[in-house]
Amino acid sequence: MEHIVILGNGISGITAARHIRKRSDKKITVISAESDYFFSRTALMYVYMGHMKWDHLKPYEDWFWEKNRIDLKNGWVQQIDFSEKTLHFKNGDKLNYDKLILATGSIPNKFGWEGEDLNGVQGLVSKQDLELLEKNTKNCKKAVIIGGGLIGVELAEMLRTRNIEVTMLVREKAFWHSVLPFEDANMISEHIKSNGVDLRTVTELDKIIPDEHGKVSSIITKTGEQIDCQLVGLCAGVRPNIDFLKDSDLAINKGILVNSYLETNIPDVYAIGDCAEQQEAIDQRKPVEAVWYTGRMMGETLALTLTGEKSQYNPGNWFNSAKFFDIEYQTYGWVWPRPKENEQHFHWQHEDNTKAITISFDKKTKLFLGINSFGIRMRHEVLDRWLTEEREINYVLANLKQANFDPEFYARHEAKIFEGFKKNLQNA
Amino acid sequence: MSNIEHNMSITGDAPKSISTTQKIASAVGLSGLLILVLAIANFNFPNKSLFLSLSLGMISLGTVIFSVDAYWGKHAGIKNDGVWFKSLSGKGFWAWILGIGLTLFYVVLYWFPQYLGLNSEGANTGIIALFDPLSKFINGGPASQWFVYGSLYTVAIWIFGFKFILKYRHNRYEIIRTCSVMFFQLGFAFLIPEILARLNKPYFAPATIWPLNYDLFAGYRLDSFLSAGNLGVAMLIFGIVSIFVITPILTYKYGKRWYCSWVCGCGGLAETAGDPFRQLSDKSQKAWKIERWVIHSVLVFVTVMTIAVVYSYLGENSDRFWLTKDVFLWGSAGFLTLLFALIIIFKRDQIQKDAKYGAIGYLVVILAIIGINYFSGNWNIFFFPAYKLREWYGFLIGAAFSGVIGVGFYPIFGSRVWCRFGCPMAAILGMQQKLFSKFRITTNGGQCISCGNCSAYCEMGIDVRAYAQKGQNIVRSSCVGCGICSAVCPRGVLKLENGKTEGRINENEVLLGNDVDLLDLLNQKSN
Ligand SMILES: Cc1cc2nc3c(=O)[nH]c(=O)nc-3n(C[C@H](O)[C@H](O)[C@H](O)COP(=O)(O)OP(=O)(O)OC[C@H]3O[C@@H](n4cnc5c(N)ncnc54)[C@H](O)[C@@H]3O)c2cc1C
Ligand code: SF4
Ligand code: SF4
Repeated sequence: MEHIVILGNGISGITAARHIRKRSDKKITVISAESDYFFSRTALMYVYMGHMKWDHLKPYEDWFWEKNRIDLKNGWVQQIDFSEKTLHFKNGDKLNYDKLILATGSIPNKFGWEGEDLNGVQGLVSKQDLELLEKNTKNCKKAVIIGGGLIGVELAEMLRTRNIEVTMLVREKAFWHSVLPFEDANMISEHIKSNGVDLRTVTELDKIIPDEHGKVSSIITKTGEQIDCQLVGLCAGVRPNIDFLKDSDLAINKGILVNSYLETNIPDVYAIGDCAEQQEAIDQRKPVEAVWYTGRMMGETLALTLTGEKSQYNPGNWFNSAKFFDIEYQTYGWVWPRPKENEQHFHWQHEDNTKAITISFDKKTKLFLGINSFGIRMRHEVLDRWLTEEREINYVLANLKQANFDPEFYARHEAKIFEGFKKNLQNA
Repeated sequence: MSNIEHNMSITGDAPKSISTTQKIASAVGLSGLLILVLAIANFNFPNKSLFLSLSLGMISLGTVIFSVDAYWGKHAGIKNDGVWFKSLSGKGFWAWILGIGLTLFYVVLYWFPQYLGLNSEGANTGIIALFDPLSKFINGGPASQWFVYGSLYTVAIWIFGFKFILKYRHNRYEIIRTCSVMFFQLGFAFLIPEILARLNKPYFAPATIWPLNYDLFAGYRLDSFLSAGNLGVAMLIFGIVSIFVITPILTYKYGKRWYCSWVCGCGGLAETAGDPFRQLSDKSQKAWKIERWVIHSVLVFVTVMTIAVVYSYLGENSDRFWLTKDVFLWGSAGFLTLLFALIIIFKRDQIQKDAKYGAIGYLVVILAIIGINYFSGNWNIFFFPAYKLREWYGFLIGAAFSGVIGVGFYPIFGSRVWCRFGCPMAAILGMQQKLFSKFRITTNGGQCISCGNCSAYCEMGIDVRAYAQKGQNIVRSSCVGCGICSAVCPRGVLKLENGKTEGRINENEVLLGNDVDLLDLLNQKSN
């Protein structure tokens, strides 16, 4: 029986395993050094905040794996012998494969800052990071978060539930302005501040200063300002977790290079999820996409290929979501932070500053390109359809009600949005 | 040293303690409660009206201050910080203390009301006497243990309802729904029956429907309806219409939530006072299996019991009614058989295998019992006297299950144990919700991140995530439509909706977002 070995028990590896099992009888082994069972990385914050316990993070009960004949192995793979098709574990174990799926995920970015390896300096990606955070925040009064991405704002929220003062350094002139148009980014920045976070825009880290025990005691910004703290959260993005593959025949760049079939340069070896890098650009997507959904889609696609239906990775319209403290965010299609050529934005914001939408459309053709929605839930199916059908902005605005996904009885804003758009056009 | 420092520091600690204001508020509320405890201990308060007002006032005031401090002035949004760290909501020491306390209260209430001050001869004493002034004011007579219980129950739904509304004030669905349960509890469950009593009319709580109201067809109730003229007959008719007409129509349009989380008093208490405990429900598949067997067994029990009770009632009054024993018995058997047959014929795809076998099994048992009794010439009973069956039901289900376990164990098993495992009304509504209803929880395409908040906070122990992460709608008989899964979802994935019945249960093989033509592929395969 063919033995498929999956390195990494995150969403991409597990999705692949489940779908291979659904469609075939192959032997499947899933390996991870992080946790015995698959858990939701996206929900790490809720354990720290006391919303859930660790067990709640496991989407499948423990009996699920044995029942579905998916073997789980906890261990760190140190080296892979691709010619012998053998994995070498840190503890000396070996495991042979017929097909290998690399789904090794991400690790936090470090940029060679002075003091980045001190005690009390950490990222937030793994279960171990969460445990470390629990240790590092005992007696912690003040923390500095470097970088303002999605993990940064989650870390800020987590620390605020424990009354820890938080300063957040971001490079741009507003939070996540590298992704969000300024008006969106600005509204979220204000919301973050209103939750007691000292958000410093256009501020970068210079170095981290230790105390006499080798623990962090302060940081210094590029402008020379010193901020005392007992914790530094490194949240300046993540990168593929592929260091252990560096000295092998596997073609890697930022991540493991794959073609549209998710094949690497080595036969019978595939890469999916955060660790994979597309050789050829897919639509306007980044070559490495470290999000939950893409990992899941890659897992589904590869499972087809490995069970006899060779399939290209063909993600549809881009979508994503997040939550900034109390404001939910959803996005469909493309809304660039600085409008591209021919791209125009229409922004509407509720007077309470917790709800907003930004719609992007083509200046000339009036085609709807994408939407950012804050504090208003949108229907994925409807917006996905409009994007595929290449609807015009007027159609989208006139039918926005259909796309609303807020709970029943919620106040509706479509009329105001429509009005705002008309006014906006007159002014323009 | 560092250890001590840690204990004393206010930062870095898990959010499990409560603020000073909340402590003071708790003290106020507990003082109010102390008056009740003293009353139970037979302390004879001089001015009962004053002390009762003081007690209920302080309990309410304490809860209001606590809620305002906890939620007002903070951003509206999900407020679950520290839920699992806190002793009371995280199954810690205080949870057990509260659980044991509540359980004891129920045991005394149901089986030893004399300890509350109910005296078979002479005036009330103890806590029941404390409520005499209120009872006299509302229904004109002295209080009973049920009056005390009903008053406290109503107060609880109102003050914890207030807390709930503050907590979920960003969510209009939750606000409106909570106002509704508060209204129905006060008006329909508490005041109307009391006022009817004052007017010397039969006891009737219009929103408590058979089989939750298992006594509706008991002989003494039938007597009281039939001896109360047109009003009594109207009540009886309303009771029957509720079961066979109102309930199916509303459940078809809105799902069982119209009752379970908008009207029902048991649900009302669970949603308000029980809210801090909703996350404790067991989400395992095993629990789901047990749930299906237990709740449907209760339903069979109540059905058999009711048929028996009515049957024997008709026996004693055969000349008074057109409805004779025979007609009733065979009518019931025929009705049940027809119902089962229709379900099995038209909805067999939607019923799980074991549920199907269970249903058939139950039907056979019921018919067998009816048959055996009938043909054995055992005319007025089902093996033993019908009233015995009713007594046993009242003891096991009405008291022990719904009260002692259902509410007493809130802090241990979660707030909807009764609704999930025991309530026969929920079982009926649930079957209908699953098979004939427009209600579902829609899953938003591929947006689920499998975080687990929805499952964790589902009081009915539904593993909502299991559906959401597959892009599947949630159509579960046990869902009471509380809307909390939708509220806590950080990615806006879930929406409670009433819509077309076609496509209600979608079996997406591929999640939205991935443009693989897998659906075509699968269709080809299955052809
Ligand atoms: C805090 C946080 C919040 C997030 N929130 C969101 C969100 O809201 N929405 C969203 O779309 N995305 C979110 N993400 C990103 C998302 O979680 C990731 O994109 C996704 O988990 C990646 O899955 P994966 O399967 O590629 O890898 P991973 O989940 O990272 O799994 C890889 C596994 O492989 C193991 N492994 C790697 N190398 C080895 C080895 N040599 N030997 C043994 N085991 C090994 C690792 O230990 C790890 O367990 C979040 C990420 C974080 C950290
Ligand atoms: S599934 Fe959602 S709406 Fe239904 S009972 Fe559970 S939490 Fe409430
Ligand atoms: S809460 Fe929302 S995102 Fe989280 S598992 Fe449930 S449906 Fe998915």
